[in-house]
Amino acid sequence: MLGLNSRDFKLFIIVCIMALAAPILLNPFPTASAMGESFNAGYPALMQRFVIFGILVIGFNILFGLTGYLSFGHAAFLGVGSYAAVWMFKLLSYNVVPAIILSVIVAGLFSVVIGYVSLRRSGIYFSILTLAFAQMSYQLAYSVFTPLTNGETGLQVYNDDPQILMGENSPTVPHFFGLEMNAQSVVDVAGWSFTFQNGYYLSAVFLILAFYLSIRIFRSPMGLMLRAIKSNQTRMSYTGINTKPYMLAAFVISGMYAGLAGGLLAAMDPLTGAERMFWTASGEIVVMAILGGVGTLIGPVLGAGIIKYLENIVSKINDGILHNWFAFMPDWLDNALVTIIHPFIGKGWHLTLGLLFMAVVIFLPGGLVQGGQKLGGLFRRKKTDDAADGAKTPAE
Amino acid sequence: MGILEVKGINKRFGGLQALGDVNLSVAENTVHAIIGPNGAGKSTLLNVLVGKLIPDSGSVMFDGQSVLGRAPHEINQMGISRVFQTPEIFSDLTVFENVMIPCFAKRDGAFQMNAIGAVTGHGDIKDMAEAILADVNMLDKRQMTASSMSRGDKRRLEMAMCLVQEPRLLLLDEPTAGMARADTNNTIDLLKEIKEKRDITMAIIEHDMHVVFSLAERITVLAQGMPLVEETPENIKGHPKVREAYLGEAQV
Amino acid sequence: MDAFILQILNGLDKGSAYALIALGLTLIFGTLGVVNFAHGALFMIGAFCAVTVQKLLGLSFDVIDPTQTDFLGNPLKVAIPYVEAWFGPAIGGAIQDWSVPLAILVVIPVMFLVGWAMERGLIKHFYNRPHADQILVTFGLAIVIGEIIKAFFGANPIQTPAPEVFIGTVDVGAWLGMDPGSVAYPTWRMVYFFFSAIIIAAVFAFLQFTTFGMVVRAGMADRETVGLLGIDIDKRFTLMFGLAAAVAGMAGVMYTPILSPHYNIGMDFLVLSFVVVVVGGMGSLPGAVLAGFLLGILQSFASMNEVKALIPGIDQIIIYLVAIIILLTRPRGLMGRKGVMED
Repeated sequence: MLGLNSRDFKLFIIVCIMALAAPILLNPFPTASAMGESFNAGYPALMQRFVIFGILVIGFNILFGLTGYLSFGHAAFLGVGSYAAVWMFKLLSYNVVPAIILSVIVAGLFSVVIGYVSLRRSGIYFSILTLAFAQMSYQLAYSVFTPLTNGETGLQVYNDDPQILMGENSPTVPHFFGLEMNAQSVVDVAGWSFTFQNGYYLSAVFLILAFYLSIRIFRSPMGLMLRAIKSNQTRMSYTGINTKPYMLAAFVISGMYAGLAGGLLAAMDPLTGAERMFWTASGEIVVMAILGGVGTLIGPVLGAGIIKYLENIVSKINDGILHNWFAFMPDWLDNALVTIIHPFIGKGWHLTLGLLFMAVVIFLPGGLVQGGQKLGGLFRRKKTDDAADGAKTPAE
Repeated sequence: MGILEVKGINKRFGGLQALGDVNLSVAENTVHAIIGPNGAGKSTLLNVLVGKLIPDSGSVMFDGQSVLGRAPHEINQMGISRVFQTPEIFSDLTVFENVMIPCFAKRDGAFQMNAIGAVTGHGDIKDMAEAILADVNMLDKRQMTASSMSRGDKRRLEMAMCLVQEPRLLLLDEPTAGMARADTNNTIDLLKEIKEKRDITMAIIEHDMHVVFSLAERITVLAQGMPLVEETPENIKGHPKVREAYLGEAQV
Repeated sequence: MDAFILQILNGLDKGSAYALIALGLTLIFGTLGVVNFAHGALFMIGAFCAVTVQKLLGLSFDVIDPTQTDFLGNPLKVAIPYVEAWFGPAIGGAIQDWSVPLAILVVIPVMFLVGWAMERGLIKHFYNRPHADQILVTFGLAIVIGEIIKAFFGANPIQTPAPEVFIGTVDVGAWLGMDPGSVAYPTWRMVYFFFSAIIIAAVFAFLQFTTFGMVVRAGMADRETVGLLGIDIDKRFTLMFGLAAAVAGMAGVMYTPILSPHYNIGMDFLVLSFVVVVVGGMGSLPGAVLAGFLLGILQSFASMNEVKALIPGIDQIIIYLVAIIILLTRPRGLMGRKGVMED
């Protein structure tokens, strides 16, 4: 189906359903309940982040997952994409189509330049080169390029911007040919209320497209070549294959994914700043990819979703909420637990993130997907004796 | 005029003359062995032939074209394949994927952007890969991960990956180094079989005289970076110069 | 001319910090083969040791002083630091004033311990993992350490002044026979430079002249062979990690009067130090030191107004630019050896 084998097709359908039904699926608890307030994730601002970062990490995975080249500067492409999109809003109009197109193109061009230089080295040198480029872009955005980036204030649309395509009645927020991104309809069913927002659905459609394309790339001869480059570069060149254009292609595709994500971020909220390019942002992309499972298809989407979800709830929880949860315990235990957990919640989110990250690298280098496969394998082995078929499970 | 013509190659590493005025001519459809004691410059010569090293002077012509200054992948595309001392294969991929890659390289050249259609959609590649696996008796192992195979199988796989490209010249760098006697004999049989089945030229760099004399039709002896003699195997045995070079090295 | 000298001097203190961190990074990389992204965090821990010592020395108790009254006429509460109560105001005051240099005494054992714990507890398990995994796990560790520091000390920079005698400037111009006052250089920066020079010299002497150092150098050149000699190389390498941590820690302590420490300082310095290591040549100790000073000085030249007017923004990116050029033209760095990290 759609040029996919049945396994991949199933996976693709699952992702489609997840993305399209997210406003419902992510609201398992009644809206007004305590659980709902803490754990529901089905509201537009958060879901947008799930899918946009999902796109970003899917792209990152095409580079890191397939070729093993660890880019520590991927946030630069995200930032460039956002700037390009906001500029389109400033110059043309709030229509997101030219904005997104330009953000992909600009990020693509940017990654051609950076990739061409960085890919002349491999291993840790590649990581450091990409990191250096990203830091350089970040510094430049704050200094020389202030006319382009508006420095520390951040780039945003002002009333006196040209916006030459703006008509009399054009919306003054990002829109898709008149369909405003932040317009939403709320459906109330019993205790639940579900919010369907245009902006989210635009991003979700892009996620589905991005995911589909990544399956095709993974299963294509080019995907095979990239995996072979990861496995053995020497054999690759003695097999008569020029690895450089393959690597550059992967790098640029991955950069364009990041540009798309940047453009979408700007389309959801038409302002951006250089902090999107900071190297901790690049680090976060790596964390998401590793957590989900590098080199797997679904891993990046999972990783991005989990990290953004945890970020959201962990930073929302405070001592008061904890005391509520532990109210059934004796006071001393309640207080002790709250004291222990306190550093990890609220503003302590990054601490939790760092620990989570270390735990995954140490105990589960293959990420959650591989962990799940191992677990699944364990159960299957118990059920049937025939486990030793020696066939390699293809990456999912 | 041989298919591979090496003329006047010199290569120095600092003060060490690794290759001094090496001339070599490998005739088409022969098995040509290059032997010599340790440090004779065999590996340096091989690295020059595959484009990894650029000599200080001299020329290397393959089928009338110079190979010097070309990247390894370009030299491969000219029709030269290489087998390594320790098999260089894609250990993370399956056996079938391993052989498919050279099939793509053979069909599409050094780079072809094929990012959308599935690998399985390329029927001709599949047929090619299956044929070569059948040839080396590995069809039943096609779904195995390459790293989980025995060393002999890895060697076999590497050979298959080279052969599927139908190279005109196959370079073998000590293909039996570190192998047990039985594995060595298997490799010799495999090479003989390959030679019987197809028109191919082989240049073997080898330490093991048993291998050399079982296969080679022509032998060049290198010593201290210089070609000593080039002769048929019969004439090499008992050649005084060779004896001298190998004194204490190995039983000739 | 005097502006020129001043820029070189300005580059020296930053260069010393880069050199010290890069030295530790290189030691760890050369001996253990581990790419340690948490090394900047060690620098930061050192800096916060100085903060802690300063705070501990400042601990005080309240005494009601009947001789003083507040504006309502009530007797005034006065905070008296314990050190002043114990040693008298003069000595106690001096001890507090010298809290940063005193912190050196604390930081050495603390950092050895931290380094030891890090190596035994975490890094050890990553010797045989790919470099990407080492980068990732130490990166995670760096985040964690930074956040712990933030939880304890808050997010704002904390002032840690140098002893009073070192506040002010040295008239370097006069030393060099130029007009007095033409080249005024902050005293503490001068101290920092000499301190770093001593540490660097000590590390090199240690590696050069002790048996331990010899084994470590041999191990850097060829780990397996040294292992075969029956020398317990692992134990020595653990100590090496402690040493590298101590060097970074000392660099951090002494840097606090120059730059008030905050929880991100480790990351800031790490990124730059990595660039320094790469420019110097992965695995080369002299290269790390040379590149550290070189980049420090280059950076300070780039921040001259004349240069900035010529190429705007160059001061922000000069280090990265140099790194990119070096990596592309001399892939092994200024003094790198063949075969380091090339597979």
